[in-house]
Amino acid sequence: MIFGIQDPWVAVAYLLSFCGALVCVVYGVMQWNRGDEPVKPEDVQWAKEEKEEIEEAL
Amino acid sequence: MELFTFAVVIVYLLAIGYLGYQGYRQTKTAADYLVAGRNANPVVMALSYGATFISTSAIVGFGGVAANFGMGLLWLTVFNIWMGIFVAFVVLGNPARRMGHHLDAHTFPELMGKRYGSRFVQILCALIIFCFMPLYAMAVIIGGAEFIGPIFHISYDAALYLFVAIVAAYVIAGGIKGVMLTDALQGTIMLVGMVALMVITYAKLGGFSPAHQALTDLAPRVPPALAALGHQGWTSMPVFGWAASGAPAAEASRYTLWWTMVSTVVLGVGIGVLAQPQLIVRFMTVKSKQSLSRGVAAGGVFIFFMTGVAFVVGALSNVYFTGHETIRCQIVEEKALLDPGADGNSPLARVAPDAPPAVLARSKPFIAYRLPGDRPEQPLNYLLRTPSTAIARGGNGSPDSIRPGLIAIARTVTLGTTMKGNSDTIIPRYVNSAFPKWFSVLFLMTLLSAAMSTLSSQFHTMGTAIGRDIFEPMVKGNTARTVQITRFGIVVGLVAALILGKMVRGNIIALATAIFFGICAAAFLPAFLGGLFWKRMTRPAAVASILAGFLTSVFWSVCINAKTAAGLGLCKALFGKATLLTPAFSATWAVVDPIVVALPIAAATAVVVALLTKPMPRAHVAYCFGGAKPAE
Repeated sequence: MIFGIQDPWVAVAYLLSFCGALVCVVYGVMQWNRGDEPVKPEDVQWAKEEKEEIEEAL
Repeated sequence: MELFTFAVVIVYLLAIGYLGYQGYRQTKTAADYLVAGRNANPVVMALSYGATFISTSAIVGFGGVAANFGMGLLWLTVFNIWMGIFVAFVVLGNPARRMGHHLDAHTFPELMGKRYGSRFVQILCALIIFCFMPLYAMAVIIGGAEFIGPIFHISYDAALYLFVAIVAAYVIAGGIKGVMLTDALQGTIMLVGMVALMVITYAKLGGFSPAHQALTDLAPRVPPALAALGHQGWTSMPVFGWAASGAPAAEASRYTLWWTMVSTVVLGVGIGVLAQPQLIVRFMTVKSKQSLSRGVAAGGVFIFFMTGVAFVVGALSNVYFTGHETIRCQIVEEKALLDPGADGNSPLARVAPDAPPAVLARSKPFIAYRLPGDRPEQPLNYLLRTPSTAIARGGNGSPDSIRPGLIAIARTVTLGTTMKGNSDTIIPRYVNSAFPKWFSVLFLMTLLSAAMSTLSSQFHTMGTAIGRDIFEPMVKGNTARTVQITRFGIVVGLVAALILGKMVRGNIIALATAIFFGICAAAFLPAFLGGLFWKRMTRPAAVASILAGFLTSVFWSVCINAKTAAGLGLCKALFGKATLLTPAFSATWAVVDPIVVALPIAAATAVVVALLTKPMPRAHVAYCFGGAKPAE
């Protein structure tokens, strides 16, 4: 019995959920200041078209 | 009080509307960050992604399933975090973003169509999305309606219309797609609501371990009908096993719950999230790989507090309902008889005083009561009366009180439901019963936020599926009417979701969501992953894989899976029997979810056909993976 939970399989799911969130935080923080890819003109072009499309749809 | 609730909802909607408007004026859509060459705050980005991912379906629908089946549902949270956030952001996010930008694809079907150089692939993907996404939208809408009904003391149908009206106004007025701050505000409200729900629930039930212990101690109260399906208590996994072929029905049904929980809910939704069209598009609106990596932190925490809390609180609601709930009301009738029908499984109906003895004998005793605030013309509330139920008459103008002493699912059995109850109403009932009114209002904001952020992207995906992905390729570039067709698609999606929501009710939210996620996984995942990571993948392989996954999924749902085959009734109409499964096969196949069969078949089809067909032109593949565009 862990934390009042009868089945170890359920307790493991509880722990893995918690650990998953923790791993995500650690990973995100570790990556925070790691270098980045440069933004390409195609990225900006894509975003411009996306914006136009949203505005048209409205 | 209803006026106060109404006022809060109006203020909330105005705030969302204002933020959305500001978003456009001050260039704060996800795309604007990219155009302006600035970084969207990664927390804002992840909250906005999370708000799109998590809907009322996860909180109300799957929370209710956890109340019924137990905390084993936390395996879905494990998958949501590890697959839906970690794998999605770290492994899939950046390649999808890169390829989308390079091929100038703005929707998921367009990405697939351009990767495989095939309009047919684009139209096929869009058709599947357009036909089946209303099922998911329906689940989200029902989740909101089931909560709004009791808060405003209105019928389910009225709540459904009210909720759809709010969402439609929001979508039409500009909430059509990802104004990041609006989504992030909605994500923040969801986070506050769910954290409060968790803290107050644990505090109310005596703390972390004591609350779980109390839930463990409830195991003897598992109803015999659920125990026969393998339920072993709310802090245990159901019985696992595989019935031998020809085994008696009782032996086979003992594994029903395990296979439903693990194959349908955990695998169907947990893996299906990787192939969700509206989420894949979100990756493209992110500026860079770094933004995605940073977003993992907030995303993981967000999902933990959404699904983790919903499932834990859902299961723990059993402790509240059995030992802590007191209803203050006016008892109208202490022994009202409701009839579950000759088969024992029809919607419960009032028994007439002159009913035949057979009807009286099978009828169940209920308490009929009115809550404070109920209007006289409203139908009465009914509560199942068992030996654990305690009644105290108030007298002298003070209200009567009832201690129902029922487990969560039994607490939902009432006029109009079957004796199986309606797990979709457990979370709304729990929040409305266990918490003060102000919290119900906060939770209403949480659910409105969850529904609006998901529905806006769902309707946008349905609209672009028919406008950009089906209509435009068919008229080969004549885009003049695309916008009208897109809007038409949105309206059709909205109406289809509303009609479905009116047609079906009861234990449907989680099932409908799982069916849609399962179809997406089986149809899209192998072709999507192959397209992103395998240069040898070919157009015929993609078409074959999508068709194999989709058709296997549909065939399994219509002809093999006992629950969906019986619900749809197509197998009976076509072949004259409820299921095509013969006694030569294990009866457990009937409770295995389509995804378990369809996804491996689709993946194997993709690999085999790719290796048997001619590789795609080298120049095209190089273009897809970042090279220069080949000459036409």
